[in-house]
Amino acid sequence: MSGQDSNLNNNEIRPVHTNKVGGSPFKGVVGWIDNRLPIFRIFKYEYLDFQVPKNLSYLWSLGGILMICLIFLIVTGLVLGMHYKPSSSEAFVSVEKIMRDVNYGWLLRYAHMNFASFFFIAVYIHIFRGLYYGSYKEPRQLMWLIGIIIFFMMMATAFLGYTLPWGQMSYWGATVITNLFSAVPLVGNTIVTWLWGDYAVGDSTLNRFYVLHWFLAFGILGIVIFHVIALHIVGSNNPSGIEPADTRDTVSFAPFTTSKDLFAMLIFLLAFVLITMFAPNYLGHPDNYIPADPLITPAHIVPEWYFLPFYAILRSIPDKLLGVIAMVSSTVVLGLLPWLDLSKVRSSVFRPIWKQFVFLFVLDFFILMYVGGMPAEGIYVLIARVGTVYWFLFFLIIAPLVSLTEKTLPMPNSIHEYENWKKQGRIKTLKIF
Amino acid sequence: MSENNNNSDKKNRRDFLTVVTTAVGAVGVGAAVWPLINQMNPDSSVKALASIEVDLSKIKEGQEITVLWRGKPVFIKNRTKQEIANAEKVDLKELKDPQHDNKRVKKSEWLVLVGVCTHLGCVPISGKGDYGGWFCPCHGSHYDSSGRIRKGPAPTNLEVPTYEFVGDNKIKLG
Repeated sequence: MSGQDSNLNNNEIRPVHTNKVGGSPFKGVVGWIDNRLPIFRIFKYEYLDFQVPKNLSYLWSLGGILMICLIFLIVTGLVLGMHYKPSSSEAFVSVEKIMRDVNYGWLLRYAHMNFASFFFIAVYIHIFRGLYYGSYKEPRQLMWLIGIIIFFMMMATAFLGYTLPWGQMSYWGATVITNLFSAVPLVGNTIVTWLWGDYAVGDSTLNRFYVLHWFLAFGILGIVIFHVIALHIVGSNNPSGIEPADTRDTVSFAPFTTSKDLFAMLIFLLAFVLITMFAPNYLGHPDNYIPADPLITPAHIVPEWYFLPFYAILRSIPDKLLGVIAMVSSTVVLGLLPWLDLSKVRSSVFRPIWKQFVFLFVLDFFILMYVGGMPAEGIYVLIARVGTVYWFLFFLIIAPLVSLTEKTLPMPNSIHEYENWKKQGRIKTLKIF
Repeated sequence: MSENNNNSDKKNRRDFLTVVTTAVGAVGVGAAVWPLINQMNPDSSVKALASIEVDLSKIKEGQEITVLWRGKPVFIKNRTKQEIANAEKVDLKELKDPQHDNKRVKKSEWLVLVGVCTHLGCVPISGKGDYGGWFCPCHGSHYDSSGRIRKGPAPTNLEVPTYEFVGDNKIKLG
């Protein structure tokens, strides 16, 4: 409204540009299109000419690998959806039909299943990379937060997807996870009934889970675009944690980074193919080949492997509501890290104390993963409790404390100097990193 | 002076219109969103299945059956004298969710429970656990012979469903 007023009140005449046609670096048909829809120049500027730090290690290939996983998951999911039936009486049978009758159905389903697992393998390494090299620090906080949101969405999508085959683990996994909401005071049971559309997990639950599984998959794709746009604004971090200053510090994204990423993808896909072809059910649970039975809970319920650390945290606390809060918080604190770690030095290479705690955190992750798959009794409960305490201690106490007290190692002034120091042996890094 | 008055007058009328439009808009959005939310709740056909009758005559003393009610298992147990005595003599101070056994049954031999662990919804296993009742395999909750929580993460006792005796050996659930 104020704009209108100023237009009316001021006699000043200014040109306006309602069409912005032009400015393409291309000629011919490509230029004609690019003048009207700037996709070619975005690709040129953001991928071909894009400068990235020259010292990126293979740990920086995980972003591309995750993109490949997401695309393959969507493609295999699309074709599985052509055969799957989301009803409690038909779901299990339709999955078995996919496995036995549909042409290449076994391959498509095993690929979809294992891509989900490999998606999580890649995302955990990706998160570790960010943690170790301080990729969450200024100016990359928002990008880190978007990443954590994607991680949450991945977990929701994976959980929903796991219920679809309607086996025993599907059914009881869905029951346990939806019951987490019953911990909400006062309205908990109303929420759970609303989620189910019934008084127990049933036909209506499965149908909506199928729809939401699709919806979230494409939601992830959408948020990933934000993650990538943010990356192209703030630029890639690198093992030294030093911002590139001139061309001595960088290379063009293509062909240098792209060829390195392609090689990493090949190795990753090789591992994927080995598992999918020779041990397709290794990462799954045999009980999910038993049809869902609402009267019998399997003696030992375990979620998919990638949820085990969080499941261990849930079980380590003997109070229902607090357990749920702890489990959710364990991922939320990860998102708060940019504001908990106050050190100006990004890379752990120059942070001798913090580095130890990061490795301890990785160990903690695996220990929690192990006890999460064990029965909740005896020594396992104790280990899970110690692991949970360290998890929160790491973020809430150790991160701020170490960042304020630690004496960091002397740092080079630039990435090319960093590379020279590395050659001279003045900086010790693990070879692969 | 009159110009000033006019201006503030105009502003007040504008503010009023803004508030009214926003309020009507908000009600409209709410009315449009509610069906989108409420469609997920159980519909009438699901609610209509909410009551069933169960014949108890074939359950001998010490035996237990499980029936499906509203998609959930319901345990119906003909308790032994020992189990009743054990359930009744418990000191309420020991309990996490204190409730006397006689508040949980209509006839002391017949214990009727929703067989869903109050922790995260698994089905507890009968005759296991440290308190002669049920044991939930998922996260280790122990229930006694009155279905009360004794040990483990579950916050409350096993739920007693709404039921009534419609004859000596028949109950109506729901």
